[in-house]
Order: sequence, then C-alpha cells, then structure tokens
Amino acid sequence: MKTTRLIIVAVGGQGNLLASRILGEASLLSGIPIRMSEIHGMAQRGGVVESALVFGEAESTIISDGEADVLVGFEPSETLRALNKCNSGTTVITNLSPLPPFTVAIGKGVYPDLGLLQELIREKTKRLIAFDATALAKEAGNVMSVNMVLLGALLQTDILPLSADNVKEAIKVRTGKFAESNIRAFELGFSSAKLS
Amino acid sequence: MHKLLTDTPGNKMLLLGSEAIARGAVEAGLAFAATYPGTPSSEISLNFFQISQESDLYFEYSTNEKVALEVAAAAANSGVRSMCIMKHVGLNVAADALMTLAYVGVKGGLVIITADDPFMFSSQNEQDNRYYGKLSGLPVIEPSSVQEAKEMMPYAFDLSEELQEPVLFRTTTRINHSTAIVELGKIRKRVTKGSFKKDPFNYVTVPAVSRKLHVKLLKNIEKASNISDNSIYNFTEGKGDFGIICNGVSYIYVSDAVKDLNLEDKTRILRVGFSHPMPAKLIKTFLKECKKVLVVEEGEPYMEEAVKAFAQEEGLTMPIRGKGEDLFSRLYEFDPAMVRKCIAKFFDAAFPAPKTVDLSGIPELPQRPPNLCAGCSHRATFYAVKKAAEGLETIYPTDIGCYTLGFLPPLGMGDFLICMGSSVGTSCGFSKVTDNKVISFIGDSTFFHSGIPGLVNAVFNNHNFTLVILDNGTTAMTGHQPNPGVDMSNFNLSGYGRIIIEDVVKALGVQHITVIRPYRIKKSIEAIKEALNFKGVSVVIAKEMCTLYSKSLKKPTGKPFYISEKCKNHRNCVNDLACPAFSLKDNRVHIDPVMCSGCSVCAQICPENAILPLKDKK
Ligand code: SF4
Ligand code: SF4
Repeated sequence: MKTTRLIIVAVGGQGNLLASRILGEASLLSGIPIRMSEIHGMAQRGGVVESALVFGEAESTIISDGEADVLVGFEPSETLRALNKCNSGTTVITNLSPLPPFTVAIGKGVYPDLGLLQELIREKTKRLIAFDATALAKEAGNVMSVNMVLLGALLQTDILPLSADNVKEAIKVRTGKFAESNIRAFELGFSSAKLS
Repeated sequence: MHKLLTDTPGNKMLLLGSEAIARGAVEAGLAFAATYPGTPSSEISLNFFQISQESDLYFEYSTNEKVALEVAAAAANSGVRSMCIMKHVGLNVAADALMTLAYVGVKGGLVIITADDPFMFSSQNEQDNRYYGKLSGLPVIEPSSVQEAKEMMPYAFDLSEELQEPVLFRTTTRINHSTAIVELGKIRKRVTKGSFKKDPFNYVTVPAVSRKLHVKLLKNIEKASNISDNSIYNFTEGKGDFGIICNGVSYIYVSDAVKDLNLEDKTRILRVGFSHPMPAKLIKTFLKECKKVLVVEEGEPYMEEAVKAFAQEEGLTMPIRGKGEDLFSRLYEFDPAMVRKCIAKFFDAAFPAPKTVDLSGIPELPQRPPNLCAGCSHRATFYAVKKAAEGLETIYPTDIGCYTLGFLPPLGMGDFLICMGSSVGTSCGFSKVTDNKVISFIGDSTFFHSGIPGLVNAVFNNHNFTLVILDNGTTAMTGHQPNPGVDMSNFNLSGYGRIIIEDVVKALGVQHITVIRPYRIKKSIEAIKEALNFKGVSVVIAKEMCTLYSKSLKKPTGKPFYISEKCKNHRNCVNDLACPAFSLKDNRVHIDPVMCSGCSVCAQICPENAILPLKDKK
C-alpha cells in the first residue's frame, strides 16, 4: 500500500487533535495502517499544534521537510509557516479566516496579506484549496467545527486512503452530542472543496 | 469502564503512546503507581489516576519524584507490582533514592518510567537518561513504537522480578505522543496487598551492609548482561555487511530509510531495545559480519561508545561511526529524512535529492509563542509586582510552570531558571552578592515539590528577598493535576488532606507574609510594595484559581469586557498586559468576547476608564 503523509497545523484550541483522532479512528474502522504524532505541549496556551499522520506501510510517525502529500492548515498564516513540509506535488488546504497571533497586536510582527499568501502557496505547490472554513462552521451551527469543515474538504480531494463515510462514522462515534452539527460542517467543507 | 481496562485480548484500539504504556502496565498486573507529573509522561499518570477511581489500582500524585520513588520502592519491597512515572529531569530529583535502591533491589516488580524529551519540546534540557542505567547499574528498556511500548511493559515487570531490581523504562516524546493501532493482550490479575519481611542486614544501608549489597549489584549486572544478550528486544535483521545499530524511534526511521534507499540486501540491522547492560556478545557477533557500522541514536553517543569498546576487545578495526559533524548530531531529535541522508552518505548509496519547496519570497511571519491564557491570574500578579517594583533594580528568579511564560515580553518577569524549586535557592545567592532587589516567583505545586527547603534555608541564613508564591490551586502546566494544596473535592474525591501554603510559610518562620487577590490590582500593588520594603525574607501569596481550570470546573466567570468609545488608543492595556483576548481591528484595540474571561484587570489599568463590562454596553 502506498504511503500518504498528512500534516495538520492549527492554533491551540482549534481542534486539531480531535481531527487527527477522528482520522485515526476512521483508519482503524477501515483497516488502514496509520501512525501519527503530535506536538501539543503548550497547546492550551495559544501556541501552534502540529499533527503528522502517516497512512500506509511506513513505520515513521513524523514527517520530514518536503515530504507531506497533503497539508491542512486551520489558520492561514500557520499554513504558510508550514510550507517547508511541502513539495511541488503537495495539495494544500487552508482556512482563510485569520487568528492573528498576539505579537501582531503588540507591534512585534506583521500579519501576511491573504492574497499574497494564496498566490505563494499556489505557485509553490500542486494545488491550493482555500476558503473561509470558520464561516462554514458557523453556517453548520457550531463555530467550533472548523476542524470538521476542513476534514470534509480533505476527504473530497480523495488523497487519503479513506472514504468520507468512514470518517463520518468516526465523527459520530467520537463527538457525541455535537455529531449532527459536525457532520453538517463536514459536508459543507466537502462541497466547498469541490467548487475550488 | 475506563477504556484501558477493556478485557478483550486480540482487539485493536487506537492509543496514544502514553496510553499504550499504561495499558501495558495494566496487562502486567500493575497494582501500585506513584508520580510527579511532567510532560511527556503526564498522560500515563492521568490514565492511572482515572483507573484508580474505578478499580483497586492504587495511584498517587506524590510531592515530587524522589518521594514518588520512595513510595513505590516500599510497595515493591512488600511484593506488590509497582510503577513510578516521571519525566527525564524528574529522575535527577529521584536520583538519590534510585542509586541506593539499586543496591537494595525489590521483591515485586518495579518499573520506573523516564520520559526523555529530545529537542526539549517542553523541558529545560535534553539529557539522555540511558546513562542513569549505567550510573545506577539498573537495566534499561527502550521501545521503538507505540505497540512495542505496550508489549515491553509486562516484559519489564518480569525482568524486574527475575533480577529483583527496579527496571528503567526509557521513552522519548515521540513514543509518548505518537498514536497508533495497538493490539490488546490479556490482563493479569492485580495483587494489591503485600507483606514486608524484615531483613535489616539487607535493607538498612549502613556501610557494612552496602559493601555487601554492591557486590550483589555487580553480580546482578552480569546476570542482566546475559539476559540482554538473549532478549527478544535485542534483535538483528538482514544479512548484508553494512551494519546499522539503532534504538528507540531511530529504529523505525532506519527501517523506512533502508527500504527507501533499496539497501535491504546490503544492510544488517541490530535493534537494541534492552540497552543497559548492552548486549555485548550479540554486538560482537554482529560486528564480525560487518564491513562498516553506523550507530543511529538520538542524544548522546551512548551505544556508539560501547560498540567501539566491544570492537576494541575483539580487535576489530572496521569504521564505526555515529555522532560527528558530517553525520548525526547530539542535538535535538532525528527525523526520517535526516536518517536517510546520513545512511546514504555513510554507505555511499544513491540518494534522491530532497523535494523541499523553495521558500524564497515568503514574508517574515509573526511569531506565535505560547502565552498565558486570557484572564490568567499570573498576568495580574506579574503586572502588580512590576508596578510595585518600579524604580528598583530588580532580579526576578523564576520557576517551572505556566508562569515561566511571564519571562516573555511585554511582561518580562523572569531572569533566571535552572530547575524545579530553583527560584528560592537562587534568590538566596543573588540577594547576598548583589545590591539588587530580588523578587522570585514559584507556583503552588513547585513550592511543594522543592521550594520549601529553599525557603527554610532563606529563613535560617537570614537572606533578603521577596518570594511570590503563585497559588492557583492546581498544577496547571502539565494538565491540572492535583497537588498537596488542592481541594480534592474539585475532583469529587474525599479522604485527602490539604496543606495551606500560608500555614507552611508561617511555620517556617517567615516574618512578613501577605496574601493578595491578584485581580484587585491597586490593593495588590500596595501589599507588594510593603513586602518589598521588608528587610529579610518576605512572602507574598497570590491566590486565585487558574482561569482555565476554573472554566473546566464550570465555575462562574465574570462578564467579558469591551472597549468603549472613551478609548484614546494609548494601548497601555495591550502593551503592558499582553492578554491574548486583545487584538487590533482597524488600528483600534478590540477584546474578543469569547476569549475574555472577565478578570477586569485591563479595565483597572486603563487610564481613561474606557474598558467596561459588556453588559453595560449601550
Ligand atoms: S492554564 Fe491556568 S495558570 Fe496556565 S496560563 Fe492558563 S490560566 Fe494561567
Ligand atoms: S478582562 Fe481584560 S485582561 Fe481580563 S481577560 Fe478580559 S480582556 Fe483580558
């Protein structure tokens, strides 16, 4: 089985670890070997949370620079920051709703222009799918479901060896009373990736 | 039922490495566990804490790692299978107990987890704790994967009982924080009651006894060495004459690299999973089949040194390399591409150029360092101390916890930190040799862990500084574990004592003690000023529950604040407090009502009184 490498980057609190966990459960359900790792030491303190998911036969649980097949970013500047994980064949999916880090407010940095950000990613990688996942999460009835919207978009690309149904199943099992709005969010993300 | 108690052998479960370790221990019949929390080991303990609430497993959060090891050592010497869990630097704290426990040994199995942290994702150093095996003479077991972490646990307990010695179980962050599908095994029955057989001439380590015990330890090391040579966790793969010796996560990177580079027919891999004592015979036999040998290990050249010594004993002269400027570093963690590159280089294999994108043209991105939460009481305390100390030449020794983040700008409250508890000890030295006003910070859990001896020292030797104890009622940084000052009814648990920090400080003879509520800024500043004026040791206890914790307990929080049109855009609030709820919108300060916890600190410091509670918004 071919190895597929996925990186998810997010800001602490955006639900990156749950998204990874759901992909893990979905893999378990469909008998796909999966290994993943996460760096979440200071997640609750607003830092960056990065997960690496390796589907298929490889043994490693982390992904080196340039080796991601897909990069999913829950926050646009974090997507750009993780571009070192990509190569010219990588598909990038990003939320376009910014969460500027605090350093911007105290004048210690400048938030990148979203137009330029998309242009750069598009130019350096195979494909960019970019949309406002936060707006779709709100539309689904749960602002916290940005992670599910992006999972939907990710599954639409067909790059992972998983079916959308398996992932939806895992969402149902893992997210209890939020399952309904989460599935809605997943579906909104799925259709919006089709359009971009 | 806790998922790790599921008794369905053969079933598969998606587990975090730390969960797999806990499950392995449950399968091994673990009955007794003690810990002090520390990333990346904390989730192991958290699972035991939960399991202990619904089974007969005994678990405790001990005051510090040394105490935890003593607690576990006694249980193990009463025949009960026990475990002691800590991060790598925790073993430094426990080292005093460890070194002589190695002489005394155990009766029931005792496994000590040391979770190392290459790259220092959340640690103050990246020491390689395999050397503790060498230093103490104890066996060291190291898994390479999540599944293996679970499997090795029953092995480690059996080994401990066979040798009658504690076993060091060394993991790294990438084991603890990786997730994989794990096959469950059978759960062995827990035996929770033990009995202690008196034997003072083997247990009371006076010199005459210890001289005898050291002889026993050396014999044990020899025995362990034989076991290591035949251990299923020290194995070879492949038949080539390019030798690779590796351990831990390096082994999986090596396996992937050898496949990627099409070197499978040419290489011979020796995976070391039982790394102290090193499997001498196995390595010597392995070396004889190799033309050249690469040692792949994160951290220090622990195996490389041993392998070179074995080669010397055998008169073998093939090149053996590992660490070096052109090969592997002693710094940080490894990754698959780096291991692949070094293997290709050392064995002259064709190496596909890495495919990284050209990063030119990417604008410099704003940093996103972790920050104290919106409404964190530490921020209020830091602000108040800074104001109270205005005009003084200060030194701020700090300690380990969320509040360490206070050293970042704009707060800039933290000048010196080496280890748990060092804020107090170093304050003694700084105040003696400088003319600066020394003001140090320590959290409640860290105070209990190792701050108290420093304070005793300060009172006895009559030092001159102000210690600010940040008492937020939890061990926040590692995930809100209890500590001896915590009200355990928050966990719906009864039967615990509770130690009030103020009483301790009083009992230690500190002459000037103030308790402040940090959200009351003006009052706090006044109280701190007084403490700073006191000649001698003064203590300020800043008491306010961790906001994040209080949210998780669903305690009522204040109403969020907003910035009214009275705002003149001085931005004192943003520039002095750095509360993450602030952002700039169209060049005006804005408060995110979802993030704001309503602590009101910014409202109190705004010179225009422009920050108001949201319910008053017209
Ligand atoms: S977890 Fe608690 S102590 Fe830590 S930064 Fe957040 S509010 Fe402060
Ligand atoms: S009241 Fe002010 S300082 Fe407190 S959390 Fe809200 S914005 Fe931050």
